Amino acid sequence: MTPTEDMVCCPVCDALHEMGDVPDGQRARCIRCGTVIAVGRPEAILRIVVLAVTALILMTIVVFYPFLELRNGVFDSRASVFETVMSFSEGVMAPLSVAVAIFVIVLPVSRLGLLVWALGPLSIDRNALPGAARALRWAEVLKPWAMAEIFMVGVAVALIKLADLATLSMGPAFWSFTAIVVITALKDTQMSKHSIWTALDKATMR
Amino acid sequence: MDGTRQSNNALTAREAGLVGCRHCTRVMPRGTPKCPRCGGTLESRDAHSLQRVWAWMIAGILFFIPANIYPMLITTTVGRASEQTIIGGVIELAHHGAYGVAGIVFVASILIPVGKFVAIGYLANVVRKPHGEKPKHLLHLFEFVEWIGRWSMIDVFVVAILVALVQFNIIATINPGIAAVCFALSVVFTMLSALSFDSRIIWDRIETLSDE
Repeated sequence: MTPTEDMVCCPVCDALHEMGDVPDGQRARCIRCGTVIAVGRPEAILRIVVLAVTALILMTIVVFYPFLELRNGVFDSRASVFETVMSFSEGVMAPLSVAVAIFVIVLPVSRLGLLVWALGPLSIDRNALPGAARALRWAEVLKPWAMAEIFMVGVAVALIKLADLATLSMGPAFWSFTAIVVITALKDTQMSKHSIWTALDKATMR
Repeated sequence: MDGTRQSNNALTAREAGLVGCRHCTRVMPRGTPKCPRCGGTLESRDAHSLQRVWAWMIAGILFFIPANIYPMLITTTVGRASEQTIIGGVIELAHHGAYGVAGIVFVASILIPVGKFVAIGYLANVVRKPHGEKPKHLLHLFEFVEWIGRWSMIDVFVVAILVALVQFNIIATINPGIAAVCFALSVVFTMLSALSFDSRIIWDRIETLSDE
């Protein structure tokens, strides 16, 4: 059998499909395992890019402003996300500090950057930038390792652990970080592999 | 499309002499080394999938043991140091009446890792030989395990936040214990174990074709 442009292979179970355009608002699922393969949503790319750019802008607030503030009358302590990340930076714990930095800041920012690089030009009807395909593939590969939302749950647990010790207040960075987590989740619901890659194909060939 | 009846005897890329890209769903002739569209490596089946699943899982279990024995947090209050393990932290939270949060930490730090070891071990064992399991059920189990694994990181982040915030010199300081490193490594290794599993082999050795 010779492969054609319209042939789609389910990444989860290897079943072959012949697929044309998916009607707006419809979802195409794998006939064998039910995985969503394509989503007919022409405006999805623009939405993904807008959400990714918003999250990137909010990320600058996260880095520069205090995240949590701790007061118990005499003492005052402030921590930015950056300081939290550097908390293991002494001695044997240094590698852990690097790992936390990568999971909480570096990977979420890289994913957003890669997506904007790959899909940004498409959303304003321009030709794709060089390396767009590679950027898109890496954004997908890095997905399980970007853990900003898990960090937020960690913040909640830490707040309760410290409730007796001192008064805590949330800084501006806390709220922008919350917003980033929500925006990233929204963005990921818009993505479907086949639809995005088809769009990128068209933009590259143009 | 939605609502279409699903069957187990669909034609696969492998049977058709083709290979599908897992990154971008593109189909190419069998033997093509790299996907021309996205540059990803093409493999009809990952031959070493199960080997890597077991290797990463053993590494994960090895680090999970010290992670539970050694202290996660070392709190120094007016010169006196006290150490807290993962389970010790859960018990302390429960003592404070924060049962919900104690539950979250217990599930994330103990139940999920142990459940993952059992579930991945079961999956890797079942797909080795012809099996009569419903592939749909195996896939659901695998997708659940793959999705939930990252949430075990909660406790590591809690330690990082506490260490950064509580630095009042003589009055109270919190320092990370060695278990924090072990636990983080254990989570990373079990995530790699789950990611190494090639879900396509679930369908390769189905004994009886069920209707679902």
